[in-house]
Amino acid sequence: MGSYLVRRFGLMLLTLFGISVIIFLMLRLAPGNIADILFDAAGFVDPAEKTQIMKDLGLDKPLPMQYAQWIGGLLQGDLGYSYVSDRPAIREILPRIPITARVAGLALSFAVLIGVPLGVISAVKQNTRLDYMLRVLSLSGLSMPAFWLGLLVLMGFVSYFGTIPIYSDAPQTFWAALGMYSIPAAVVGFRSSALMMRLTRSSMLEVLRQDYIRTARSKGASESVVNYHHALKNAVLPVVTVIGIEAAFLMGGLIVTETVFNIPGVARFLVEAIRWRDYPIVQNLVMYIAIIVVVINFTVDMLYAALDPRIKYSD
Amino acid sequence: MSSLEFRAELSKAGANVDGRWSAIRFFARRYPLGAIGAVIMAIFVFAAIFAPLLTVYDPLSTNSALSLAKPSAAHWLGCDFMGRDVYSRIVYGARISLAVGCGSMALGVSIGVLIGLLSGYIGGWVDLAAQRLIDILQSLPLLVMALLMAASLGPSLHNTIIAISIPLIPYSARVVRANTLSLRELPFVESAKAIGMSEFRIALRHVLPNTLAPLIVLATAQLGSTILTEASLSFLGLGIPEPHPSWGRMLSESAAEYVRTAPWLVIFPGLAISFVVFGTNLLGDALRDILDPRQRS
Repeated sequence: MGSYLVRRFGLMLLTLFGISVIIFLMLRLAPGNIADILFDAAGFVDPAEKTQIMKDLGLDKPLPMQYAQWIGGLLQGDLGYSYVSDRPAIREILPRIPITARVAGLALSFAVLIGVPLGVISAVKQNTRLDYMLRVLSLSGLSMPAFWLGLLVLMGFVSYFGTIPIYSDAPQTFWAALGMYSIPAAVVGFRSSALMMRLTRSSMLEVLRQDYIRTARSKGASESVVNYHHALKNAVLPVVTVIGIEAAFLMGGLIVTETVFNIPGVARFLVEAIRWRDYPIVQNLVMYIAIIVVVINFTVDMLYAALDPRIKYSD
Repeated sequence: MSSLEFRAELSKAGANVDGRWSAIRFFARRYPLGAIGAVIMAIFVFAAIFAPLLTVYDPLSTNSALSLAKPSAAHWLGCDFMGRDVYSRIVYGARISLAVGCGSMALGVSIGVLIGLLSGYIGGWVDLAAQRLIDILQSLPLLVMALLMAASLGPSLHNTIIAISIPLIPYSARVVRANTLSLRELPFVESAKAIGMSEFRIALRHVLPNTLAPLIVLATAQLGSTILTEASLSFLGLGIPEPHPSWGRMLSESAAEYVRTAPWLVIFPGLAISFVVFGTNLLGDALRDILDPRQRS
């Protein structure tokens, strides 16, 4: 187990190094850099000024040096300066993280609270009318684009309240925050709950076919004891272990939903920074997302053995 | 699955099947949701191919007199800000969705199959390198990776297809690699080797066909997510450029502002996306039930 952990940790670092190179190169290969965009927007005419901008932003240095500078700074907590606002990138990114984290947290709890019980019901009542209904519901949840669902909710707001909710001010109290973010969180969470429900259902069906379930039945355990005591406990494990996939799925929903609802979180900020070719913001944000996903997957892998005694990692 | 197995499968289920039509009818009764999915996909492909026959107005021609016109007998689904007929744009939009959906799915799956076969077959350092590449590609959410790719390549139809196909590579590569590893040990592959068949032919003639079933299931499921990703990219302004009638793009033009003033510009393109993706999901589920007996309910 010990050497497996070390090896797995080494591979994780290698993956992060690889993704950092890919992120860096893709942004540099993009046609039209920030100097061009600023140049066009401000209507500069003097090429010397453009050279000066390139120099100020460090874009005139060779690529390996730019990369080394980025990673060196990243390891010391220095993320460079935003090209657009001229402020330190970390000061632009950090205040936006709690906003997105709140929406994501709410969305995730929504997804678990709705998705897992419905998945269990659907599996237990397999091939009944209820099962069909729930399956069609979850499939339509997965088929709707998250931004369209958001727009439909906004439309509902307009017809009931005559206005759309505004997310510019920071809420003062916990309850104000909950009220404010619960609507976009429900939009993101609805799709995640559909995914969660499907995962729970198939995992539960798998478990219900096992020998120990038949044993539990034959020794006279009641339906509810079999379903909730024996089956659910075992069925939840695979749902927990794909939390990396669920997090990635949630991220996609957050990006478009924050854009629709105009929520000033990191996910919308990423899209804005990509449009502006604000490299320091984009590369650090994407790297941050990659670190989250990779670390979650690593942790889940390690927890797997702890959660399921049947699994042993050989060295 | 070969047709022989299909027959055996059908007679086991007690079906009295003697022609193609009755076979189709049998499947429709056994997998009603899958049949609905297949019909939706058929409508989608039909609309994409015969778009000029199904529409009266040009999807690109503008008319300021019809700006934001409400749905009427002449313009069933209304007109957008530039006076373009929404119904025509949605029908022509099927072409974009179909092209991007099938294009990126096919590209992603082909590259994935190639990497998976090489990785499982050659092994050694090729396998190690391929595994790292797959890990790297999978460490970013689909939409984030596609956003980054699309931004770096620039907005165009081809680039959108490429941008969406790259993040899909790991899935098929994993399936093919795992299958190749287990198939290599099976007697029929060993006997093919024993009679002197080349490794390349074994890979193409024996290993790949036996991986087809899970690949078909995967590809159908991915078709839905490529269509959704294209819509999201175009919605964010980083996918299909104007004036092409992409469903996602139509929603981005109409977004927050038209929610109040012209709801038909928001409702119909979104319905089109959801309808088609719903179809791929239904079909994918049924195919998984048919082709993967372990998951059969």
